[in-house]
Amino acid sequence: MALLQLDKATIRFGGLTAVSELDLAIGNTDLIGLIGPNGAGKTTAFNLITGVYQPTSGQISFNGQSIVGSKPYLITARGIARTFQNIRLFASLSVFDNVRAVFHLHLRGDVRHALWRGRGYHEEEASIANRVIELLEIFQLAKYRDEPAKSLSYGDQRRLEIVRALAAQPKLLLLDEPAAGMNATEKVELTRLIRFIRDKFQISILLVEHDMQLVMGICERIAVLDYGVKIAEGTPDEVRRNPKVIAAYLGE
Amino acid sequence: MNLNLRHAKTGLLGALALCFLVTLFSKFINPYWLYILYDIGINIILAVSLNLINGYTGQFSLGHAGFMAVGAYTAGVITNQFGQLNAFASGGVFLGALLAGGLMAAVAGLLVGIPTLRLKGDYLAIVTLGFGEIIRVILQNVDSVGGARGYSVMHGWTNFFWTFGLAAVTVYVIASLVNSTYGRGFIAVHDDEIAAEAMGINTTKYKVSAFVIGAFFAGIAGGLYAHSKQYITPGGFGFMQSIAFVVMVILGGMGNTVGVILAAILLTLLPEGLRFLAGVQQIPGVAKMYPLSWVGDTRMIIYSLLLIVLMLTRPQGLFAFKKRQR
Amino acid sequence: MTELLQQLINGLALGSILALIALGYTMVYGILRFINFAHGDVFMLGAFAGFYLAPKIATFVPLPSVAGALIIFGLSMVICAALGVLIERLAYKPLRKRPKLTVLITAIGVSLFLEYAGQFFFGASNKKFPDILPTWPVTKVLSLSVNSNQLIVLAVTLLLLLGLRFIVMKTRMGRAMRAVSFNPEAAALMGVNTDVVISFTFALGSALAAAAGILYAINYPSIDPLMGIMPGLKAFVAAVLGGIGNLPGAALGGIIIGVTETLVSGYISSTYRDAIAFAILIVILLVKPSGLLGKKEVEKV
Ligand SMILES: Nc1ncnc2c1ncn2[C@@H]1O[C@H](COP(=O)(O)OP(=O)(O)O)[C@@H](O)[C@H]1O
Ligand SMILES: [Mg+2]
Repeated sequence: MALLQLDKATIRFGGLTAVSELDLAIGNTDLIGLIGPNGAGKTTAFNLITGVYQPTSGQISFNGQSIVGSKPYLITARGIARTFQNIRLFASLSVFDNVRAVFHLHLRGDVRHALWRGRGYHEEEASIANRVIELLEIFQLAKYRDEPAKSLSYGDQRRLEIVRALAAQPKLLLLDEPAAGMNATEKVELTRLIRFIRDKFQISILLVEHDMQLVMGICERIAVLDYGVKIAEGTPDEVRRNPKVIAAYLGE
Repeated sequence: MNLNLRHAKTGLLGALALCFLVTLFSKFINPYWLYILYDIGINIILAVSLNLINGYTGQFSLGHAGFMAVGAYTAGVITNQFGQLNAFASGGVFLGALLAGGLMAAVAGLLVGIPTLRLKGDYLAIVTLGFGEIIRVILQNVDSVGGARGYSVMHGWTNFFWTFGLAAVTVYVIASLVNSTYGRGFIAVHDDEIAAEAMGINTTKYKVSAFVIGAFFAGIAGGLYAHSKQYITPGGFGFMQSIAFVVMVILGGMGNTVGVILAAILLTLLPEGLRFLAGVQQIPGVAKMYPLSWVGDTRMIIYSLLLIVLMLTRPQGLFAFKKRQR
Repeated sequence: MTELLQQLINGLALGSILALIALGYTMVYGILRFINFAHGDVFMLGAFAGFYLAPKIATFVPLPSVAGALIIFGLSMVICAALGVLIERLAYKPLRKRPKLTVLITAIGVSLFLEYAGQFFFGASNKKFPDILPTWPVTKVLSLSVNSNQLIVLAVTLLLLLGLRFIVMKTRMGRAMRAVSFNPEAAALMGVNTDVVISFTFALGSALAAAAGILYAINYPSIDPLMGIMPGLKAFVAAVLGGIGNLPGAALGGIIIGVTETLVSGYISSTYRDAIAFAILIVILLVKPSGLLGKKEVEKV
């Protein structure tokens, strides 16, 4: 059984069908690419999966259960985390706190702990701090822990978003153009990191990315959207040779 | 937010002990100043609790005086059921009445918080203002608490201990809350609701909690206010009053507890200072040497101009020296 | 029945005044997306402009007279238009790229400033507004008592609404206003001078508020520096009720609020009058936040 399953997921905005009858299945520890020209509906597909938008029709299920109609925060709690194409960090929080804020998902104690501030509270906060630093270190961001998130470079902000999403301890990670605005070296490093986190945390990743070299380089399977419709799906080689895909990109 | 919270609980206990000590000696304090001190403590509670809603959570309430009114009337009505009590019993009754006032205000906060969930920014501001006004109009129409004429509160039980002890509790609770992993959610909601929701934060719950907790403490402050002034009118809790609390939060720097406390102190003393200046003018000769009587007459104009100039030049507040961290 | 009709007429008169103020809110919101909290105080200043102008005008045009009243209307509208532009230039323009709340708080500051300065310069007490218009004997139609001033309110409002419609729909400036309100960046690219459009919008809204102020003063012949607060808030509610940014909506909202409020204070209790508008506001925002005639906006992620 697939981890995430989209069945004819469709969403219309007025007259525009942004995503049309999309079928997609993602299994455990899959690394799958979702590509297509600008405006093809990739981000909208993410918004459907994460509950930001509700599908006009169709079914989306995660771990065999429907998540249509669920609130975004509940979907995250079930194990789907994402990054945003237009970076949405918590601008007034430090790098450390951007990640720490997500750990409330894994708190044992509730708000009374925070108010009583007993030993249990301090121990839990200390262990959270350790885990936050561990995650930041994977992306070499620990040295900025007390900087405001918005003071980071563009590339580092994108990486911080990935760290923040990982803090939710997802089973499925959705990355929306994580390499946008990065230089060549940063992209190579990012490629390595995406593989690394998939293997280390044993998660599935759905990757939206415009850099073809990057996508073709790491994805096992790629789905192609054009005007909201899936026009192809297969291995990088199959997709690369698919005439529909070539036409869609040439026509852009 | 630069409170060191490692020893927060010790600090709170110390503050309570200190308040108790000062109370024992409060008869040596000039009553005029004592009542100004009460005003300061009450305004600190109001400003710090509003800061949770407007500063940390990034909602915008213009109805804080309404919550204060609910607490003031509730506590006043409750204590008016009692005759003269000894110090011990009065303390118990008073604390109970204050808590009841806080709870009633929290219920009002819930009633305001839920319908305003969908609203943001200036819309939210106007709707909360509307709620505050509705509370005021309702109070004006309840004859058993005197309607528009006002309500007189028999007992003047507010003292230094209750005022500053509860101010310390307010600061402790709100600072502990926002400085925990759980509480970072308030700031996450403030910064980006969509991202917060995507990170598993139940933004609805956080926003409503902010309103409920903020309203609770505003209600407590209302009870203290009622037992300090001993006469309350619905008109005294109008939206001009709410705006005054908002100004304290803004002046202090939204989401900066220390700054907001300083601003509450400053803005409580400012009118007194201006009144003092006006008073000095009455002394023969002084007015000639320092013609400052205009200050007394124009103090509210100066206040509003300061607000405008502040927003134009330092919208982050007077006391925001360092950006919020950790 | 007569009683009801009577209340409806009273409500229409009040509603017309609210509608005129609401138009200013809605126009500014349409273009700058912010609530000009000080708008109600411009309404107050309009009334006071009329109050101080009246004796001056009376030295060369006898009052009460239609000609004199027209001059007073015109001058007050011009004065307030200039004031509106001045407020925008000094207080709001420097904040155009800042968070909306900063601007809202500034607007609250401006509002407080106008109120306190008003109390300082005009005095805090109520003033009786002079008779600037001749009053006809109360007309008795179907045993309704229709005050001639109420008819004036309705007529002037109608004229101003038609004038506004003409400006917005038929003139170059009106087209520019609509363009900026639709998409400010695109309008700027097309060569529309947004600064001029914004100033013009403030001028127009403030002039309407001034007219409303005088109409209000004629009808309830007592004015004071805080008189703008409640009508200002209610007019804002009217703008939201109609769908903020929507001109016919603002007019409709004003009428609805005015009539509802009058009916409630006539039939239920006048002490609850000031809460009506807010209760309506809360209900609309729960049921249809975009207002009666407004359109929905979705946030893109
Ligand atoms: N909230 C919305 N309302 C209306 N149209 C939208 C909305 N969100 C996305 N769209 C439209 O859906 C289409 C797909 O957009 P998007 O998913 O962002 O494309 P991609 O991420 O593939 O570049 C675009 O035409 C976009 O304008
Ligand atoms: Mg996209």
